Amino acid sequence: MNSLMAFWRRFRRNRSAVLGLVILALVILMALAAPLLYPEDPFRLAGRPLTPPFSGDFLLGSDTLGRDVAAGIAHGAKTSLLIGLLATVVAVVIGVLMGGLAGYYGGWIDDLLMRVTEIFQTIPSFVFAILLVAILKPSIQSIVIAIAVVSWPAVARLVRGEFLSLRSREFVQACVGMGMHDGRIIFAQILPNCLSPIIVASSLMVATAILIESAMAFLGLGDPNVMSWGFLIGAGRTVLRSAWWVCAFPGIAILLTVLAINLVGEGLNDALNPRLREHA
Amino acid sequence: MTPTLGRLRYVGRRLLQAIPIIVSIVVINFLLLQLAEGDAVDVLAGEAGSATPEYMAELRAKFGLDQPVYVQLLVYLKNMAFLDLGYSFRHDMPVIELILDRLGPTLILMSTTIFLSVGVGSLLGLLAATGLNTWRDNLISVLALVSYATPLFWVGLMLIVVFSIHLGWFPTSGMETIGAFYEGWDRVLNIAHHLVLPAVTLSLFYLALYARLMRASMLEQSGMDYVVTARAKGLTRRAITFRHILRNALLPVVTMAGVQVGSIIGGSVVVESVFAWPGLGLLAFEALFSRDLNLLLGIFFISACLVVLVNLLVDLIYGLLDPRIEVR
Repeated sequence: MNSLMAFWRRFRRNRSAVLGLVILALVILMALAAPLLYPEDPFRLAGRPLTPPFSGDFLLGSDTLGRDVAAGIAHGAKTSLLIGLLATVVAVVIGVLMGGLAGYYGGWIDDLLMRVTEIFQTIPSFVFAILLVAILKPSIQSIVIAIAVVSWPAVARLVRGEFLSLRSREFVQACVGMGMHDGRIIFAQILPNCLSPIIVASSLMVATAILIESAMAFLGLGDPNVMSWGFLIGAGRTVLRSAWWVCAFPGIAILLTVLAINLVGEGLNDALNPRLREHA
Repeated sequence: MTPTLGRLRYVGRRLLQAIPIIVSIVVINFLLLQLAEGDAVDVLAGEAGSATPEYMAELRAKFGLDQPVYVQLLVYLKNMAFLDLGYSFRHDMPVIELILDRLGPTLILMSTTIFLSVGVGSLLGLLAATGLNTWRDNLISVLALVSYATPLFWVGLMLIVVFSIHLGWFPTSGMETIGAFYEGWDRVLNIAHHLVLPAVTLSLFYLALYARLMRASMLEQSGMDYVVTARAKGLTRRAITFRHILRNALLPVVTMAGVQVGSIIGGSVVVESVFAWPGLGLLAFEALFSRDLNLLLGIFFISACLVVLVNLLVDLIYGLLDPRIEVR
């Protein structure tokens, strides 16, 4: 509990990180409140098409088919956050496994796993991701899988580096000497010691995942059954000339959310690695 | 051994190292093809509208689709080695021809983006590092943070709203004015005019990245011993910054530019589909829409090869910039 308080004190010192946390909390609140604020289906035709914002029935205007843009943004928040979070969890699990095994065992296992990682880092990731979604058919699952498949190599490299430096430390040698099982040394001894860089990296990864998801939805690769910010922008681009608001507001939602997550990530970095501050 | 010979041998070795990577990408392509629902014969039958099971079996035998998977893989590898990327049934053309048609515009967009983002990014980083913690530094940091968080396609659309629709400065889409048939310099200027908005859109993210990197790198270098020596010699601040620190600080930026090529290709899919820039990215977008899997796989393969190639080039440039790195 005490260390948690100390962590919060360090985090609080970074004002922009606190601002990010507040914005993020508001976005999460919006996602949770969407079914209460706009209980109807966001795909529903709610009124006159192309109503300008701040006038008439709709706060942020309506789109070509008369769908409420504000309702779409509120419901899209859940999709973005959910996909960003799930994809990151999957990527971190794969990355920790690959990097942990490579760093702990070294030798040919390390060589092999790092070759695989290298190949995945060479592949143009966004092209690979859209290819995967196109083949697996667009759905929440396939989007999560695609984003995770292109995101794990960064985690694997990070975890491998941490494992390599911790592998030769005395506490690990002591565990080996005690005859502890490899799996237990990896997950119960070494992994907890490199949690903070993993947490920082994964918080930034959520932001990237949200950007990838929105770009895929914009290209028409979103799950057709759920509302998302990228879909709203993609649907609005045909009427860009006459109705800028259909594209503008969902984009601002993406921008604010990703910015908030990045700020929180930097704050976490400062608070978790006080010695490794890169701010000169 | 003469330096040129050494360099040639280095290039040869790097090309050899690229082969396993390219082969693995081909294998991934093949696996994805296996993962997809239905095969080429199903697609053909679907296109034709009707086909008897006997005819489909005959076609499968003709394409070798009745062979065991490993035989199919070997055939696939052989085809790819000769750049036979299959056939696009939607365009009724071999995939490789379609790709070569669209490669030029993408290369124009990509190289402009790389030069723009490395150039302006390093300049901004330099400005930030020389005015540490002043309004200039803070402004550049805030701009970098915001452009990190902005989706590319949205920036593109907003730039169109402001600069094309309201101000009318730049065209909204395409690479050339259709039906104008400009030649020589007029054509170059026309293309450049169309290039401004897509290139700016695609550069924005990388520009921010390089600005931050350059700033950090400048700060790191200015703490080095050689800077102290230069100052002790009585050189001016200007001379130290531009002739000593700047050159060394550029190295990580060049490395990063090489690493980012794959991601720039991904970004160009989005940007080209926003601006209807007729390159590989737009082709990929069209292929997505028409579910043209062969074409998508071909684009994926060629763009991966492009990444390998550019990384090799960056390594060579790196050797030129930093003579300490022995090209063995």
